[in-house]
Amino acid sequence: MELLSETHLFLGPGLKRDLSIETKGLRRLFKGIPGKGDVVALDQVDLEVYDDEIFGLLGPNGAGKTTLIKILSTLLLPTQGEARIKGLDVVKQAPQIRRMINLVSGGETPGYGILSVKENLWFFSQLYGLPRDFAKDRITKLVDQLELQDYLNTRMAKLSTGYKQRLNLARGFVNDPALLFLDEPTLGLDVISARHLRTLVKGWIKTGGKTVLLTTHYMAEADQMCDRVGIINHGKILACDTPQRLKTKVAGGATWKIEITPNLSQPESVKSVQGVLGLSQNDNIETGITTLKLVLEDESVMSDLLSKIRDNGCKVLNMGKSEPTLEDVYISLVGTGLEE
Amino acid sequence: MISGPTIRKDLSNNLRAAYARMWVRLRGSNRDPIALASEIGLPILTIGAYVILYHAIGLPASAGAAVIVGGAMIAFWTNVLWNMSSQWFWEREQGNLEMYMVAPVSRMSILLGMALGGSLNTAIRALGIVLLGIFVFQVPFQVRDPFSVGLVFFLTLAALYSLGMLFASLFMLYGREAWNTANLLQEPVYFLSGAYFPAIYAPIVPFGLQVAGSLIPMTIGLDAIRRLVINGASITSIWPEVLALIACILILFPLARHSLNYMESLGKKEGRLTLRWQ
Repeated sequence: MELLSETHLFLGPGLKRDLSIETKGLRRLFKGIPGKGDVVALDQVDLEVYDDEIFGLLGPNGAGKTTLIKILSTLLLPTQGEARIKGLDVVKQAPQIRRMINLVSGGETPGYGILSVKENLWFFSQLYGLPRDFAKDRITKLVDQLELQDYLNTRMAKLSTGYKQRLNLARGFVNDPALLFLDEPTLGLDVISARHLRTLVKGWIKTGGKTVLLTTHYMAEADQMCDRVGIINHGKILACDTPQRLKTKVAGGATWKIEITPNLSQPESVKSVQGVLGLSQNDNIETGITTLKLVLEDESVMSDLLSKIRDNGCKVLNMGKSEPTLEDVYISLVGTGLEE
Repeated sequence: MISGPTIRKDLSNNLRAAYARMWVRLRGSNRDPIALASEIGLPILTIGAYVILYHAIGLPASAGAAVIVGGAMIAFWTNVLWNMSSQWFWEREQGNLEMYMVAPVSRMSILLGMALGGSLNTAIRALGIVLLGIFVFQVPFQVRDPFSVGLVFFLTLAALYSLGMLFASLFMLYGREAWNTANLLQEPVYFLSGAYFPAIYAPIVPFGLQVAGSLIPMTIGLDAIRRLVINGASITSIWPEVLALIACILILFPLARHSLNYMESLGKKEGRLTLRWQ
């Protein structure tokens, strides 16, 4: 695992940033199908996330992102290792931790359908002991920020999916937590709602003393929002650094975008070409054109690569070198794109 | 060591959470007119049928009164079972259980809120049944010791809802089998508590069933309330029941708390606490 260099953890001589999240050797097993053994959801995860930081966790389905969030938010016990929030142990000091955190899971709509937006938010504010007038002010602000004003007295059951998700986000901010877990928060959100969320989170983190742990499937979102990103696969953190530094590491190689038609019938044969670090394949159903994103050790492999593409019965329509993106980092580490 | 202000703040937060959950229950139930009508109206039909039957076969009017009291009280058991114990199952399916677990409040305060809201809602239904008995069927009630009626009623509810909290801990981890379990607990208690017939302690009822019935707080409370409001008894003749109900509360409430903590810990260990569609 590549951790951020020690110097990055300091604001200046003698000024060390406070740790918000710390895990050491964190491991979590789940019972698997009988006869197949346990499933390793997290494997020796060492992670450090600091105050005033938006930390993104990128990984495919089943990589261990949600398991990690569940452990950190005191919903699940680790099998081995330790996890601390603001120095407090998630197993032994869960009640104290709960006063400082909140959790928003994308696609979830907690609350009561028969209650209005305002009533639901008031209810959740009471779980955090917010005094009445204070809660009212906080709810008004959140409703404004998430543009829910017109739906304040609408029952939750009658809201569209996007507005339910906005309500869910408002709920996550209702106690103004020191640490907010956002588990794929823009899942199912329209472009405008997703933009609202990003603006809200970025503005909120600037209020100071806050931390966000974000999991997402959207590379651009992670690139735009996160101060640092961890890439996780099969329960292991493969890399962890700022998006820029991660991209620089890949820039040593070559990232190429190749448009072909039809798509690769045997993508594994292309991946197996010596010097190919990773490949992702995006099909456009409307045009019938497939875009390959490739991360290569260097450009000397290009002729072998093109001949393998042709062996797949594909015609190359267009190709060009591209600036490395977070997606290229991901492809080079995991071997495939997130969508695969 | 936990400081005094922290304890006071925790208590205040938990009371706020309990109040909020009670409010949700009251607001939610009373906002759905069909649910409200069925909550009050349908049990009245069942109870009315029993009163008419007992009258038709020539039983004394006190038999009808016993069924009225039984019907009113058993409504609370139904509420405990379906609106509190198995409620965790629904809360989990909706994604609310996860929010409760992440929040800095005791699970007991959430259950307390459900219990208070549920018992207030059910009190409307119970009152409807009693009014039906008095004004439509004109069953005779003679209350000589209203304080004892209130005391036994309160103790019975406290014991019942403590039992409900205990069951809630089991439902926290249950999946779809929660339905069957709730059904399994419903009808036997209806029968063993003697809700729809004058007394479980009548000679016709086998001794074994009487013993089994006596283990249920509802049976104990119902028997005492019937004697207080139908026979005009006073506290001097029902004190063993009062003591038995107090014992039930003292055993069931701490047991429920312990069981909730244990089941929560087990759920976190096995990863079943937030697992849906089991």
